[in-house]
Amino acid sequence: MDLNIFAFILVGVLLTGYAILDGFDLGVGSLHLFAKGDRERRILLNSIGPVWDGNEVWLVTGGGALFAAFPHVYASVFSAFYDAFMLLLLVLIFRAISIEFRSKYPSPTWRKSWDIAFSISSYLIALLAGIALGNIVVGVPLDKNHELHTNVLNLITPYTLLVGITTVALFMMHGAIYLLMKTEGEIQSKVRIWVQNAMIFFIMCYVSLSMITLLYVPHMADKLREQPLFFVVALINMFAVANIPREITKNRPTYAFVSSSVNILCLMSLFAIGLFPNIVPAVDPSNSLNIYNSASSAKTLRTILIFALLGTPVVLAYTISIYWIYRGKVKLDEMSY
Amino acid sequence: MDVEILARVQFAFTAAFHYIYPPMSIGLGIVLVIMEAMYLRTKQLIYKQITKFWVKIFALTFAIGVATGIVMEFEFGTNWATYSRYVGDVFGSPLAAEGIFAFFLESGFLAILVFGWNRVGPKTHFISTIMVALGATLSSVWIVVANSWMQTPAGFHIVGEGMNARAEITDFWAVVFNPSSMQRLGHVILGAWLTGAFVVISISAYYLRKKLYEEFAIRSMKIGLIVAFVAMTLQFVSGHASGSGVAKNQPEKLAAMEGHFEANAPADLYLFGWVDTESQKVKGIAIPNMLSFLIHGDTNTPVKGLNAFPKEDRPPVQTTFQFYHLMLFAAFLMTVILGAAGWFWYRGKLWTNKTMLSILTLSVVLPHIANQSGWFAAEIGRQPWIVYKMLRTSDGLSKSVTANQVLSSLIMFTLVYLLLFALFLFLLNEKVKAGPFAKTNLSEEYRDTGNQVAPWVNRITRERVEQDTE
Repeated sequence: MDLNIFAFILVGVLLTGYAILDGFDLGVGSLHLFAKGDRERRILLNSIGPVWDGNEVWLVTGGGALFAAFPHVYASVFSAFYDAFMLLLLVLIFRAISIEFRSKYPSPTWRKSWDIAFSISSYLIALLAGIALGNIVVGVPLDKNHELHTNVLNLITPYTLLVGITTVALFMMHGAIYLLMKTEGEIQSKVRIWVQNAMIFFIMCYVSLSMITLLYVPHMADKLREQPLFFVVALINMFAVANIPREITKNRPTYAFVSSSVNILCLMSLFAIGLFPNIVPAVDPSNSLNIYNSASSAKTLRTILIFALLGTPVVLAYTISIYWIYRGKVKLDEMSY
Repeated sequence: MDVEILARVQFAFTAAFHYIYPPMSIGLGIVLVIMEAMYLRTKQLIYKQITKFWVKIFALTFAIGVATGIVMEFEFGTNWATYSRYVGDVFGSPLAAEGIFAFFLESGFLAILVFGWNRVGPKTHFISTIMVALGATLSSVWIVVANSWMQTPAGFHIVGEGMNARAEITDFWAVVFNPSSMQRLGHVILGAWLTGAFVVISISAYYLRKKLYEEFAIRSMKIGLIVAFVAMTLQFVSGHASGSGVAKNQPEKLAAMEGHFEANAPADLYLFGWVDTESQKVKGIAIPNMLSFLIHGDTNTPVKGLNAFPKEDRPPVQTTFQFYHLMLFAAFLMTVILGAAGWFWYRGKLWTNKTMLSILTLSVVLPHIANQSGWFAAEIGRQPWIVYKMLRTSDGLSKSVTANQVLSSLIMFTLVYLLLFALFLFLLNEKVKAGPFAKTNLSEEYRDTGNQVAPWVNRITRERVEQDTE
């Protein structure tokens, strides 16, 4: 396989891993304020307590891999969307420290403030990530040096905002299903209602986003017309979404969570298929950054391939073991958040 | 103010603030491995409690390290886009390697280190502690490799011309083992060990001075002191190697560190001083020709001075000189303090001498001063280059970012980091005040050891009861 295609897939896998794993952390964060009282909120927090930090590493490693494999994309996108990235960094900082700091001091005001910070940052991370994806879908006005001079407010259009809101809804549903697996008793019955509402919220967004994308950004579906095999991804996506309410009704939260993860995987795949071979399509197609004109040398791509081959099995092995160790319902103990 | 100054200030500020935390995590990581090894070896409950307490301190520093570290990962792209395009082919791989080989390891096993006490057996827990310490250390390996490549670039060639020129890798291992990376790595890791050790020493000394948790504090402090003794001794070897490396690889930087102007004359070693750039003289106290001796083993061998280099290629002298000497001064104080602590320990008076304990409590700032000033000297001494002799700092900026944007983000980071630092000190203080046995379920701990309850447990229980009733 072409090394550039491999690097594209690698960055895609890392970002998809981030969306699936940190996705439920962000979802839990966006539901956090719906939980009432210190005990309920601690249960929510500790459901992601041991794993959220490792989940965020998928984003950090995705950023590192993007820098290494496609330095021009890293440079263009990060500097062009400067203000948006600064805001993203701000909320990533606040998300991290509110989880860490919240339970370390017993004052109710202290805890309430961090609860709010945790929830708002979780919403904003999802929203910003979605708006960024939306902008990549519609294309950005890169000049011929792949630089972009634009006001950050131009990035927020009805379409990109809809992608942002869909991302929030997606993570909310994903996080609610995760909580269904991790809770029991009274709080679980509360979570069950959240799951219902989040599913409705997501499916409304999902349907309208799909329609609007086909109407206004039809180029995203070009590949599906050219290669009917890709249509299977869209079909699996639909079945995965439809399977979620079914599993919830059957009271099988783990299967629902798997379906929800497959849903995210399919959405990211459709996004990647629609873009390929571009990474950042420009309004003027000749200025687009694609997997060839933005890439590092073959030697560097091969180095990254070796890193991935060495690292992935090990990382997956201990990540799975850690999730296995923390399987089952949340139990609060003296070391908990 | 122009973009260049603002972008440099922002990078320096965010990196310096971030660097308060990783050295503590790396150093405490090693200390935790030793503590838990003692627990597994001796099966004494106190070592488990010692480990658990320092894990809490570790978790606090780690969290802020993560929160501020992600900024660094993005900042090359946001503020230094041209630099990122120029070096991405070489510089990106160490950053990707850091993610794959260090961060996943560290953050994954952190879950078990902090939350896994009741979930896994003691051996699995110990392995997790080792993995976290290893992950933290590996992360410093890749970052120092990347930074050292900017100091002493190797293993690449330049393709393209003018605007499109960029560095392309030719030999990955030559990049990793570039001329300065291993010397600087040793120096950084030993600095981190000292930082972690001094955190333990300082808090333990505080408890001893207040006559609290004495058994706990003495045992912790012994471990901290031993790590510090070893690290300090090795740091002299490493410091000398780093200095010789700078002399060989970046002679302008060495000349600036010592304020040595004359192009080709034997050089003095200043203990402290003030550089008068007009008259090209340093006012201060020096050991004549000592620098020549340290580098060449001969007092009469000349050392290249700043005047041997074109004016536009010289680093700022005063700041480089002062930061470098501040680092040396902090190292000197640490050595004296550790020497004194060793002497008191040998005489059996360390645990009760109030003056010495006060000094040890305050000494926690010294390794931080050394870390920070050492990095400032290294980075300012590399100027005007962002990649030594390849790319000037002023040429590495983002083309689409304006001064106002950087100023706004700089203000944002300043406010957020001040808040973070205040919260960190507040929570650290809370943790220390709460003491090692806060919130620990002792009835459960008793079950751990069956009937073999050591006599001191009674005292701890008493302290705990006193605390609870307060």
